[in-house]
Amino acid sequence: MSKRALGVAALATLALTACGGSDPAAPSAAPSESASAAPASGNLVIWADPNRVKALTPFADQFGTENGVTVEVKEISKDNQQTFLTASQQGSGPDVMVGAHDWIGNLVQNGAIEPVNLTEEQKAAFSDIAIKAVTFDGQIYGAPYAVENIALIRNTDLAPDAPATIEDMVATGKKLKDDGKVQEILCLPVAQKGDAFHVYPLFAAGGGKLFGSTPAGDPDPKQVLVGSEGSVKAFGKLRELGEKGDGALKTSITNENYIPSFAGKKCAFLISGPWAMTDVKKGGFGYDITPVPSFEGGEPATPFVGVQSFFVAAKGQNKTLAQEFVTNYVTNKDVAKALYDADPRPPALTAALEEVKAADADAGKFMDAGKDGMPMPAIPEMQAVWEPFGIAEAGVVKGGDPAKAAAAAQKTIDGSLKN
Amino acid sequence: MPPDVRETVEASQAPRPRRNITTAFVVSRIAVLAVAAAILLYAAPPLVATGSWIGLAVLLGATAVIGYLYLTRRYVPAKYLVPGTVFLIAFQVFPVLYTVTTAFTNFGDGHRGDKAAAITAIERGSVRQAPGSPEYQLTTALRGGELVFLLVDPATKQVRLGDAGGLSPLPGAEVGVTGKVLRAPGVTVLTAPQAAARGEEIAALTVPTDGGAVKANGLSRAVEGRAALVYDAGCDCMRGEGGPWRADGSQGYFVNAAGEHLAQGWQVNVGLANFARVLTNPTISGYFLGVFGWNAVFALASVAGTFGLGMAVALALHHPRMRGTKAYRIALILPYAMPSFAMLLVWRDMFNRDFGLVNQMLGLNVDWLGEVTTARLAVVLVNLWLGFPYMFLVTTGALQAIPRELTEAAAIDGATPWKAFRRVTLPLLLVALTPLLISSFAYNFNNFNAIQLTTEGGPFPPENPQVGGTDLLITYTFRLAFGTGGAQFGFAAAISVFIFAIVAIVSAVAFRRTRKQEEVYA
Repeated sequence: MSKRALGVAALATLALTACGGSDPAAPSAAPSESASAAPASGNLVIWADPNRVKALTPFADQFGTENGVTVEVKEISKDNQQTFLTASQQGSGPDVMVGAHDWIGNLVQNGAIEPVNLTEEQKAAFSDIAIKAVTFDGQIYGAPYAVENIALIRNTDLAPDAPATIEDMVATGKKLKDDGKVQEILCLPVAQKGDAFHVYPLFAAGGGKLFGSTPAGDPDPKQVLVGSEGSVKAFGKLRELGEKGDGALKTSITNENYIPSFAGKKCAFLISGPWAMTDVKKGGFGYDITPVPSFEGGEPATPFVGVQSFFVAAKGQNKTLAQEFVTNYVTNKDVAKALYDADPRPPALTAALEEVKAADADAGKFMDAGKDGMPMPAIPEMQAVWEPFGIAEAGVVKGGDPAKAAAAAQKTIDGSLKN
Repeated sequence: MPPDVRETVEASQAPRPRRNITTAFVVSRIAVLAVAAAILLYAAPPLVATGSWIGLAVLLGATAVIGYLYLTRRYVPAKYLVPGTVFLIAFQVFPVLYTVTTAFTNFGDGHRGDKAAAITAIERGSVRQAPGSPEYQLTTALRGGELVFLLVDPATKQVRLGDAGGLSPLPGAEVGVTGKVLRAPGVTVLTAPQAAARGEEIAALTVPTDGGAVKANGLSRAVEGRAALVYDAGCDCMRGEGGPWRADGSQGYFVNAAGEHLAQGWQVNVGLANFARVLTNPTISGYFLGVFGWNAVFALASVAGTFGLGMAVALALHHPRMRGTKAYRIALILPYAMPSFAMLLVWRDMFNRDFGLVNQMLGLNVDWLGEVTTARLAVVLVNLWLGFPYMFLVTTGALQAIPRELTEAAAIDGATPWKAFRRVTLPLLLVALTPLLISSFAYNFNNFNAIQLTTEGGPFPPENPQVGGTDLLITYTFRLAFGTGGAQFGFAAAISVFIFAIVAIVSAVAFRRTRKQEEVYA
């Protein structure tokens, strides 16, 4: 008797849970239902980093209203590139991804993004360097919206004149330090593992090169030049600026403390990008932005240029809408300006930049500083360079032998490219 | 559904007479059945949708077995074993098997998907706009039930109709100022929302032309493109510029005569290649012993340090004359309660030479994380700070279980407090704690965060950027697998298999010795 009662009770609950249990399945069923019920439907999913989500949302909504679709802007805050790749592979990725142009090589080799077809007119509206950056293997793979590069930011209360050379800058910094006005000559992050991105202008100024170039002018992964003669000389220059030399470059200055140090008037010179400006303005002193100077008689101190872009995901659910959004919608001036207001990185659209410049001179100054810059190499091989290069940099800054450091970095890079 | 399954499952595990049917008994059964049914209903539709019939069969079978087990009154032990076994399979066995199988593939950047996906990506990536072709304004329309493209050449304003058969002129179409077709004979123009709803159809429509094909580029433009590379199943190769690129199944790439390969590859089985690479790579074999030695020292120092300090504090607080133990305990638990992630970063900044708290407080100018010896000392100190509260907690617990009479008896027999501790308390503590010490060793042996978030393996000698002074096997191999050549999951999996073997051997030896020790003290 009791046995049967128990069985009945259990079956009854099973039936009940069957109804309740279908809840999790309901959301997945819902879209297809509304697809047939609603006059039009579709869903565009955009992934962006936290800074841009707020700026993008109104435009995404507007795009949604115009096309009768729902647009969802989702915030991805960590390991964006890897998250995107993994999700794409599983089929749970977005339709549109926002990211830096130097991801392109890796995203292409994983078949995660598709070419973006811009008209001649659209291409002409962007700055040349922006288009060059998003071009990979002869194809444009993203719609650029912001261009960013580092420049020399100077506290004009402490150092009224822009230094003509690195030597000038170090001399001024040393004098200020001796007078007790500042604690550091230069705020440029090195840290224990080096920082290839920030030191690259000085490295280039010293005659260093990462890659040779292909006939088309792109970086050639088959010619790694980190160990070349010119690069050794450049590492030598960095050593002279380092802890055993002038003391302008120090491993104790890191990505975490270099901007606050400048904002706190601990140094008169900062080498950083537009992302530093919010803190710099809080510092409450006069500042100016100029191109990073070169060594006396050196090569141009070309910074890396990073271009923030919109990508069309190859494995997205709604590619037509994604292409429409990326090629015909975000290439619009108002979107570029809204993104600038949310996070002040100079717009890639020339027209938007002109407008922004009128209101905020900094954007134009950064743009000028990066005019001759080098787009960060988008080739997947660049991933093999960052770390060994940084370690070589930190090594010479601490007083290590430039030739040995350069040779070791070259060997490591060659080794990992061979595999 | 019950709010928390765990509660009810626990309730069912309390011993009770067999014939008595209590509410908890009924509820626990219902809970297990409900969870099984819910999982079935949740997991079945996607499996059906993707057509993975084996997965579906396993799911149905498992649900049926669970249903039968909990509806019958027999098989009582199995009722307790099944939930544990399911979790064991899902969270232990499956990940281990998956790691091991991945180790035999080249899964990683450039080799994430299958061959078909690589071919699609190569073909699509190679499509270039036909030279001199117009940048068409696109309007989508329906002819009967069929989707067609209305293409406007912006230069001539001429309208053409594109369908799967090709392009044909469309006279009599009315074009708006924006270049969109407003009306055309024989077709119904779609509004933007209507077109958006047919996104998939629009993406699928290819209008053949002489030199290539016209495809939609979004909803308002179309482009005549030409694929520079096309797959030919006959030769299993990509034909086109730079080619032919032949499929090489051993490396998962399309390779041409010059030995170059196309960027997009696919995942293939590479056999023992990843394992061979671990064993033959000169940077791995050349530095393995050094890294392994420091790794063992780090793990041992972490365990010994945290256990020593944790036990000392626990003994001090265990003393009968100690007052305010609760306040002390709360203070001591704090480092354990804070997220180690954030704490490690804070410690890293505190060890900064010029701006760090450590040097400022001590008036030193030591480049803590820049010299090998000091960096090693620093990471061990940080790990000590993070780890001792745990040892303090478990020792406190174990101490409560040792009767005070034992130490009192030792004192009466004339043992000094040190002797009583050494001969009575410590052996009894170790019997209880040795398994925890071994697991702590295994954990610290692979303590990736403690190194990666403080020194990142550094300091690195400038003449060798591969191996840093504080590198553990796991941080060092992480750099090899993910630091330089992008993500190489297959290679990383092979390395994990090796590290697993090392830790398993060390732990097995240690456990064997413990058993002997227990026999001595028992």
